[in-house]
Amino acid sequence: MVGENRWYRYVAYATLIVGVLVIAFPVWITFVGSTHTTQRMLQAPVPIWPGTEFFRNYYIVLFEGFGQSSRTPMMQMLFNSLVVALGICIGKIAVSIIAAFAIVYFTFRFRMTAFWVIFLTLMLPVEVRIVPTYQVVANFGMLNSYSGMIIPLIASATATFMFRQFFMTVPGELAEAAKIDGATPMQFFWHIVLPMSRTTIAALFVIQFIYGWNQYLWPLLVTTSEDYYTIVMTVARQANELDGMIRWNLIMSVAMLAMIPPVLVVVFMQKQFVRGLVDADK
Amino acid sequence: MKNTATFDNKVLPYVLLLPQLFITLAFFVWPSVNAIVQAFTFEDAFGGGRVFVWFENFQNLFEDGAYMRSVRITLVFSFGVTVLGLGIALLLAAMANQQLRGVTTYKTLLVWPYAVAPAVAGVVWGFMFNPNVGIVPYFLASAGIDWNHRINPGQAQLLVIFSAVWNQLGYNFIFFLAGLYAIPRSLIEAAAIDGAGPVRRFFAVVFPLLSPTTFFLLVVNIIYAFFSTFGLIDALTKGGPSGSTQILVYKIYLDGFRNQDFGSSAAQSTILIIFVAALTVIQFKYIERRVHY
Repeated sequence: MVGENRWYRYVAYATLIVGVLVIAFPVWITFVGSTHTTQRMLQAPVPIWPGTEFFRNYYIVLFEGFGQSSRTPMMQMLFNSLVVALGICIGKIAVSIIAAFAIVYFTFRFRMTAFWVIFLTLMLPVEVRIVPTYQVVANFGMLNSYSGMIIPLIASATATFMFRQFFMTVPGELAEAAKIDGATPMQFFWHIVLPMSRTTIAALFVIQFIYGWNQYLWPLLVTTSEDYYTIVMTVARQANELDGMIRWNLIMSVAMLAMIPPVLVVVFMQKQFVRGLVDADK
Repeated sequence: MKNTATFDNKVLPYVLLLPQLFITLAFFVWPSVNAIVQAFTFEDAFGGGRVFVWFENFQNLFEDGAYMRSVRITLVFSFGVTVLGLGIALLLAAMANQQLRGVTTYKTLLVWPYAVAPAVAGVVWGFMFNPNVGIVPYFLASAGIDWNHRINPGQAQLLVIFSAVWNQLGYNFIFFLAGLYAIPRSLIEAAAIDGAGPVRRFFAVVFPLLSPTTFFLLVVNIIYAFFSTFGLIDALTKGGPSGSTQILVYKIYLDGFRNQDFGSSAAQSTILIIFVAALTVIQFKYIERRVHY
């Protein structure tokens, strides 16, 4: 195009490559840290090339466990994280799609009220109202349980809004035709609406999985038993254990385990991820 | 609101709405109302129930030096995260938009830190800047800079800003890139024919046309800095040294859970609820405008 110049391109490439390297550097150091011995990691400066302890470190972390106060293997934490992440993301999608279906395909009193209640109140991040929400969950007896970690987080204004927007682009003739053919509302939902929502569901799945996996404050508050700790909580706990020898090689292995699942989801489902991000904020 | 056919059923819509509404009321509305009630009352120390104290909790807050300090820290922090984060992301997006080969690859390589939990980002950056073994302090030392964010408040604040920017960069990059794609090439070419260089073209043509994206990202980044960075701070500095990274959400947590000062914590929550509500309203006004044009 006009105004193009070879040198601009070189500058552009150089800037991007520097950007990519600087952004990857912290995680590279983390990975390298997870492949050395504890002794090596206590000498400054820490290495910048991988060592030989990769399999040993990850074996210890995954199956034996380590730490001052506890020795729960990380397999348990990974499992907890997976349950919580899938629970939050499937729960959000399920609860939101039926709510949006009700709002779009039925005429009933309080329809707009319901819509605005969902929409306005869910704008409040959990961080703002931690103390009272904790009290509610404690009253329900939901501390130290998967349901306590999942259910308070599965209402979603974002998802409800996204489904509503999508349903409103679906031609009205479809619902009309289904009615003429004698379909019940739920048949229309199962056979027509749900299959058509595939792409919206996939986009939401990716962003909500990351949201669920990366939860920190909420699981921290509602769990006191290690059986329910998530991997993300565990990394932060292990890194802040003050007494004794800090086993950086193992902590970095745990950090890698906490990062890999959501990063893989973003990398391999990038198209759905970007769609989810962009649509969610419309 | 609607142009689609509707079903007639008296019960079904309520049943379908029930799960969402129940969770909303139990875990969002009820706690928020509670927070507001607690903010205006005082827990009687002898178990005599709650005493209504009007604005005393708020008054105490505004007279409390620690709270006002936390307000200032939060403002500086979110300003740093927003300006630095948007600046770097815009630079990278503008570069990626130069019709280069492999843009998809750059997108993948730049976006993934968004998937890293803030708490994990805190651990990773804490390790990289660890005063004893970290790689960055080692090199800084040879440049004559003594790095220890565990005792130096300024360095702790910088570190928290850097790691938050890193964490949020992919998000900003994606939105800026989408915004840049939407700008018609012909406008930029016209400016080029008129003899404007790339820098001039950027500031005279591209940047003004990007302002809706920039404004949207501004709001998102402020919300991110205010709330989502809790895990990052808890893993990295725990609000220290001497409270220098104690942003408002972190203070709510400390006062509510560690110090059990529910009235004050609730008053702080209420102030933040009002703040988020205001930001949301602003964002909506802007979205409505974007829909019109």
